[in-house]
Amino acid sequence: MTIRSLTETLPEHPFFQGFDPAVIELLAGCARNIHLRPDELVFRTGEPAQHFYLIREGRIALQVPELSGGSSIIDTVEAGDVLGVSWLVPPYRWLFDARATVETRAVSFDAECLRAKCEADPAVGYAVLTRVAHIMHRRLEAARMRMLDVYGVRRA
Amino acid sequence: MTELLEATAQPTPDPPTPDPMVPRVFRVERTRQDTRDTYTLELSPLDGEPLRFAPGQFTMLQAWGIGEVPISISGDPHGSGLLEHTIRNVGNVTRALVHTSRGATVGVRGPFGTGWEVERGAGGDVVFIVGGIGLAPLRPAILHVVRHRDQYGRVVLLYGARTPDDILFAPDLEHWQDDCGIDVAVTVDNAPHSWRGRVGFVTSLIPRAGFDPLRTTAYVCGPEVMMRSSALALRDRGVAADRIRLSMERSMKCGIGLCGHCQLRELFLCVDGPVLGFDRLEPLMSRWEL
Amino acid sequence: MTKPGNVARTVMLDGLQELIDALLGRGYTVFGPTVVDGVIDYRPITSVTQLPQGWGDVQDNASYRLRRRDDDAVFAFACGAQSAKPVLFPADELLWRARLGGAEPEIERAVDDKPAPPYAFLGLRSCDLAAIGIHDRVLSSRQFGDTHYALRREDTLIVAVTCTDPAGTCFCVSMDTGPVPRSGFDLAVTELYADGPHRFVVEAGTPRGEELLDQVASTAASDEDLVAAERVGAEAAARMGRVLDGTNLKDLLYDNTESPVWDDVASRCLRCTNCTLVCPTCFCTSITDASDLTGTTAERHRVWDSCFSEEYSYIHGGAVRESGRSRYRQWMTHKLAAWHDQFGSSGCVGCGRCITWCPAAIDITAEVAELRRLAEQRQRPQEARP
Ligand SMILES: Cc1cc2nc3c(=O)[nH]c(=O)nc-3n(C[C@H](O)[C@H](O)[C@H](O)COP(=O)(O)OP(=O)(O)OC[C@H]3O[C@@H](n4cnc5c(N)ncnc54)[C@H](O)[C@@H]3O)c2cc1C
Ligand code: SF4
Ligand code: SF4
Repeated sequence: MTIRSLTETLPEHPFFQGFDPAVIELLAGCARNIHLRPDELVFRTGEPAQHFYLIREGRIALQVPELSGGSSIIDTVEAGDVLGVSWLVPPYRWLFDARATVETRAVSFDAECLRAKCEADPAVGYAVLTRVAHIMHRRLEAARMRMLDVYGVRRA
Repeated sequence: MTELLEATAQPTPDPPTPDPMVPRVFRVERTRQDTRDTYTLELSPLDGEPLRFAPGQFTMLQAWGIGEVPISISGDPHGSGLLEHTIRNVGNVTRALVHTSRGATVGVRGPFGTGWEVERGAGGDVVFIVGGIGLAPLRPAILHVVRHRDQYGRVVLLYGARTPDDILFAPDLEHWQDDCGIDVAVTVDNAPHSWRGRVGFVTSLIPRAGFDPLRTTAYVCGPEVMMRSSALALRDRGVAADRIRLSMERSMKCGIGLCGHCQLRELFLCVDGPVLGFDRLEPLMSRWEL
Repeated sequence: MTKPGNVARTVMLDGLQELIDALLGRGYTVFGPTVVDGVIDYRPITSVTQLPQGWGDVQDNASYRLRRRDDDAVFAFACGAQSAKPVLFPADELLWRARLGGAEPEIERAVDDKPAPPYAFLGLRSCDLAAIGIHDRVLSSRQFGDTHYALRREDTLIVAVTCTDPAGTCFCVSMDTGPVPRSGFDLAVTELYADGPHRFVVEAGTPRGEELLDQVASTAASDEDLVAAERVGAEAAARMGRVLDGTNLKDLLYDNTESPVWDDVASRCLRCTNCTLVCPTCFCTSITDASDLTGTTAERHRVWDSCFSEEYSYIHGGAVRESGRSRYRQWMTHKLAAWHDQFGSSGCVGCGRCITWCPAAIDITAEVAELRRLAEQRQRPQEARP
């Protein structure tokens, strides 16, 4: 695999599809490539949310600790998905644990850097926010479906 | 196209018995526990005449003296002889059925209803979207596609289950993925820490399934809310509504359009369905308690 | 009633007895209207004296009573408590019996219990006749049919009657099913009791009917009798107690699934299922299984069911139609709208029984009118509203 610059690879990610190349270039300044091994923890519940991730390859499990001591997976994200919205909303703390379940490649954005650029140029901020809102909306719908426990055995 | 249709033609379903309300007697040859609450029964007809069916059809399956319920046929339409039913134990009749012991008999009426008509999807991409026990009614259609794999484009199976323990036909899924050129994606609603697979609702698999919406036929089977949101997601991506086929569940007492229970406005789902296009179903599925 | 080429005959009450005798002689069980338990209903009869001579009925929302007439008419009532449905499509039908004792169950079909003797109806109203036509379509003209109904129906002979004194709940004119029987009968009778001697103008609709008519003392109907017969039919048509406006009814029902009318009806409806039990066209059924205590025999019955019951739409976990509003809506929408899509006609013949026998006095014609009023009100621009 030849090493390609972030400005080359970022536009390929669905999150950035349709974005102005100049904006991508601007945001690329906050980004770096990361590599996660299976079971490597990305972040933990309650920690400050200092990053935003675009997944390029692999899979990350979002999990919540259970009272019994273990934890259960509530969602997974993978290639083409984004990880984390807590960096956008005060108090900027993670609401769950994120753990790679397989070898994973991602782009990690520095949250403070990203927030600064969003605030400096409202057009950039709006573009990022609408994408994130869209993703949150889809996840909310999926979460509702799962809350219904549609596959469960319903006893009258 | 006509040739193609003929080449992939389904076996013709059996004509109804002289009195479609009178069951034939089948013997339980084998039972298999698939998951915590789901079992597969393999049945042979006492009269020796195998029951021919089209994928997607169901029978009215009866535990003597207890009751009779609609159950889809889950076996291979081209298979030899045994009638397969995969049944989830949810109540009185299904409990009696899954616990029928080998050698005992059950009553079978049918086959009834419309099929998936999966041969009509030949020449294009195929997407199976499955929720829960819905894999059972789709299995014959998937087996048909597997058998005629060269007649289809990209084939994907998107399967949502409750937990990893509820995943049905795991050996089949593996075989279809590894040996049959079907892209199988499984997701569950909840999983323990040890699970390496996906967690999320089945619709989240649609965007990355990589089919060409304009030449895709989709076969969707699962709980009604799941089918509705899947069908809407497919349509939003450009799959024609009449090429999105769903299998509907309602109370059915006769299976032949007489008892009235399965009505969905003007449809008798047991004879007009259970498999129907989203073009017909959408206006009916969007109204509460219809 | 009179069609060209048909020779109508005039028959006296004695002739009606001869007709009954001829039917009995041919082995028929003759069902005719008779007074039982304070209502008029079809029962096996052998004599004209069992007909409700001198009886009429008064029917309104939630009320039915017999009244003494001041004439000798035998058919001058509206519709009886039940139609032909309980006879041709009984409330409980044994489908089969299985012996489970041996190694293999032996199933014994009940379908050979052919009604011997065959059935004849004397004095069947045109609404009930139309309802039989609808049941023929529903139960034995499609891919699958009810074998029991078909067998029973095959040999059934029908002597229909023109309704001459409709009740307050009748609206067969709106549904285009009466009051004069037009087809589907072997013989059709119009009773003349107002002017001149008590007599019946009889017309054959089938060769079988014609042959039967030949067995009965009769004279060729005079022009006066024919005119009189025509007139009583027309007068009855003008005296309908109710009207059901059928304009765009299907769209009205399909488009107004969320009308407040449904909540309003639901607040009164008791879900007692009376309306579906007396309705001559309601055909929904359920299955009951029974086995004896030792488990050596099992029986399966087909029994009447009703879309008003909660179990009707039950699938594991709960009823599809849980609310009362959805159940009344289902009943009315099926009857007046979906039926057209399914069977090419309305499912209502305008007999008014559901109005008479509803303990909550719910009136299908009034509910349709209210649904229409509210729908039209919604369509009018805001300013035009009162
Ligand atoms: C076309 C079709 C295909 C299907 N395919 C499959 C399949 O392949 N596998 C599978 O597992 N399931 C399948 N189902 C679902 C299956 O039919 C139901 O799970 C089954 O009917 C449940 O029956 P039960 O008696 O075990 O459950 P229960 O919940 O005990 O009762 C189910 C039925 O019993 C009757 N009933 C229950 N309680 C009452 C009451 N209080 N009063 C009156 N009646 C009552 C109802 O008519 C109800 O429909 C299918 C359904 C349909 C319509
Ligand atoms: S709906 Fe009412 S009026 Fe119409 S046929 Fe049935 S019982 Fe008679
Ligand atoms: S008869 Fe009246 S109260 Fe009873 S179910 Fe029918 S509409 Fe409701």
